[in-house]
This record gives sequence, C-alpha cells and structure tokens, in this order.
Amino acid sequence: MSAVSGKGGVPTRKGDNLVNILGFVSFLLIAASMYMGLVFAPEEAVQGPAQRIFYVHLPQAVGSYIAFFLVFLGSIFYLWKGDVKWDVLARSSAEVGVLLTSLVLITGSIWAKPIWNTWWTWEPRLTFTLVLWMIYVAYLMLRWASEGKQGARYAAVLGIVGFFDVPIIFLSVFLWSKGLHPRPAGMDPGMLAALIVSIFAFLLLFTYILIQRWRWETSKEMVEEMKLKLGR
Amino acid sequence: MRAFRRSIDVTPGLGRSFVAMGDGLTAAISISRAAVGPPSFFRQVGAILWKDLAVELRTKDILSSMLVFGLIVLVIFNFAFELRGENLILVAPGVLWVAFVFAGILGLGRSMAQEKERSSMEGLLLCPVDRGAIFVAKMLGNLIFIVILEAITLPIFAAFFNLPVLTPGVGLIVVLGTLGFASVGTLFAAIAINTRAREVMLPILLFPIIVPVIIASVKATAFVLDGKPWAEIWPWVNLLIAFDVIFLAVCFVTFEYVIGE
Repeated sequence: MSAVSGKGGVPTRKGDNLVNILGFVSFLLIAASMYMGLVFAPEEAVQGPAQRIFYVHLPQAVGSYIAFFLVFLGSIFYLWKGDVKWDVLARSSAEVGVLLTSLVLITGSIWAKPIWNTWWTWEPRLTFTLVLWMIYVAYLMLRWASEGKQGARYAAVLGIVGFFDVPIIFLSVFLWSKGLHPRPAGMDPGMLAALIVSIFAFLLLFTYILIQRWRWETSKEMVEEMKLKLGR
Repeated sequence: MRAFRRSIDVTPGLGRSFVAMGDGLTAAISISRAAVGPPSFFRQVGAILWKDLAVELRTKDILSSMLVFGLIVLVIFNFAFELRGENLILVAPGVLWVAFVFAGILGLGRSMAQEKERSSMEGLLLCPVDRGAIFVAKMLGNLIFIVILEAITLPIFAAFFNLPVLTPGVGLIVVLGTLGFASVGTLFAAIAINTRAREVMLPILLFPIIVPVIIASVKATAFVLDGKPWAEIWPWVNLLIAFDVIFLAVCFVTFEYVIGE
C-alpha cells in the first residue's frame, strides 16, 4: 500500500494498514448511518423531513466539542512537557474542530430555513457556536502568522485561554437571550437507533481524519528536522 | 548605493534601541538599588509600572492617540445610528463600549509596540525579574491608561448625548469590564506583536475571547441607564467579576510562555 519503505534511512510509516482499515470501516458506517437517518428512522411529526439533518448535525457538534477539548489537552501538555507531539495533536484537532463547527453552522442554517423561516437568528446556542468558531479560526490564523516553537507556544496559550472562555461565553449568551433550540424529549426508538449509529459513525470518521492529519503533521516535522540536519 | 542607504536606515533604529536598553536598565537599577538579593514581587511590579507611566508622562503617546480615536468613534456612531430620541437609551451603551474597546485596543497595541521598538522588553528579560511581575505591571499600566481614557470620555459622552452616565454604578461596571479587557488584552498584545500582520492579529485574537465582557458590560450599563433595580443588574456584574478573576489567573500563569526565550 502507501507504506514508505525503510530503504536509504527513510523512516517506515508504521500502522498504515490499521489506519486504512479504520478509514474503510468509517466509510461503511457513514453509509449505514445515511441509510438509518434518511430511510430507517421514522419521519418527525411536526418538522417533517427537515428533522433528518439532525442525524448529521448533532454528531458534528459532539465531534467539535471533543476536538476543542483535545486542543486544550494538547496545549496544556505542550507547555508543560515541551514535546512537539502535543503541539501536533493540538493543531490537528483545531483544524478538524473548525471544519466540524463550520459544518454545524451550515447544517444548522439549512435546517433553520424551513423550520424557523430564517437562515440565522441570534439564539444563544447559535451565537455560542459562532463565537466558538471565531476563537478557533483565530487560533488557525495565529498558527499561520507565527512560526516555529514560538508560534506553537502562542497557539498553546490561545488554546488554553479559549477553553477557559467557553463556559463563560455559554453563560453570557444564555443570560443575554432566550433559547428556542429544540430539546429532544421522548424520542422514537427508531430515531434513537439512527442517532446512535450516526454519532458512532461520525466519531469514527473524525478519528480517522484526525489520525491522518496527525501523521501528516508528524511527517512535516520530520522533514523539517532532516532539513536542519542537512544544514539548510 | 543600496548598501549605503540601508546603513542609514539601520542607524537610527540602533540609536533608539540603545536608548531603550537605557530605559530597561533604569528600571533594572531602580529594582536592584532597593536591596541586596532579589527585590520583592511588588517592588518589581512598581518599578516596571513606574517606567511605563514615566515614559507616557513624557511622550503622551498612548493616551493622546486613544483619546482622539475614542472621540472620533463617538462622533462617527452619532451619524451611523442617529443617536437621538427613543432609540438613544437602547443604542448608547453599545456605542460607549465600542468606543472604549476600539480605543483600548489601540492603547494595548501601542504599549507593547513601544516595548518592542525600543527593545526594552529584552532589557527587562535580562533583569532578575519575575515574569509574572512583568505581566502584572504591563496589565496595570494598560488598565490605568484605559481607565483614564474612560474617565475623560464618559463626561464627554454624557454631554454629547445628554445621558446620566456619571454614576457610581456605571463607574463600577466600567472598571470591572476594563479589568477583564486589559488582562486578556495584555497577554494577546504580547503575542500579536511578534506575529506577521500584528495590527490585525490583536483584534482577531482578542474580540472573540472578550465577547462575554462586551455582552455583560453593555447589558449592565443599559440596565443602570434604564433605572432597573440592582437585582437585575447583579447577574451581569457577577459575570464580569467571574471573568476578571478567571482570566487574571489564566493570563498571569500563561504570560511566562508568551515572552519566554
């Protein structure tokens, strides 16, 4: 497969097969979750077909929270231990998290148009997600605008400050305006099954993307190290 | 020819950085003169803070730019929002805080740019100074400058829009809001100064983080102006206090990693 051979001192990429299997399984599970969400789950009584986007929307939101928590963990451990692998974890998670939050905002808007009759409203959860998105977009911009170990330290500081800000933002937007977000109460077993399958499928897919991103960043670090050794 | 011109360009910079090293050294001397052995934390903070205040007293660089900018923001918003009649009480608190935050961010950027341009931060880092003391001193300096700006802007705002903002309640909210803004702002100004596109980075980093401060300050100020009972205002004031306490601690701890090496 795509495994790099060990010839000529080039390090071998271990675990390529496992990652490929993970990718294949998550592809199958995503296909299954699409079937579960679009066909298997019964139609919601009030919202009709529009509700089915929920099976994509919620797993993305869950995934983005996990990603931002990983940014926080990576940042703390990077400042503490100084090992570059923690920084790689933080920056890979931040990218995946921003991607997921963008998707959460987009799928939410698509749902809100038929149900709330508007693409956007300054409802607390929407506002919260938007501010969260801005913090981690700023994180990615900071990575772009700074370099090397200094850039990594800066990003780690933002990763920590941003995470501590999350509960305060949450509190402030909920004090600021009333919520209209639907709360799933008394869910049909078919819907619940579809939801569980799709959360599981998406989490597997995110893990796969994160691992690939992580491997890519690690390779980049290795290339940088080799360049330094060659004196360039 | 080109090399010659470059040498001219470089020389004044060199001269300035020598002056700046002087600034740093003055602070260092006033620290070390105090006692044998490492001076106390508060003495360090006092020395660095005094350096910032003395520089500002001589140049009036930061305060003048912040003040003029804050005034311009007030005037521009007057045209943008037609600040008269019934929508005044709704919009005015927002206008006031946007003026504070925009002018404040200018001051935060200037204060850190001075450290950078004249390499006085390098001088400070060479001294036996606690990194936390540098943070506290820079933060207090920024806080003092922004509060002075606010103390001058508030009466002007009151006169322009005929609003009773000169009350202890508004004063409390202004100080609490500014404390949170200045603590996160000092940390991020130290980061932004060493990035590409530094003028743009500071607001991009700072604004999303201080969203709770802006929401709480605007809401609390509006409630005070509206004559609402304090029972309704307290949740917002508590939010500001919580933000201040949490981020003073977080910024104090992480500042070391920002200026390190």
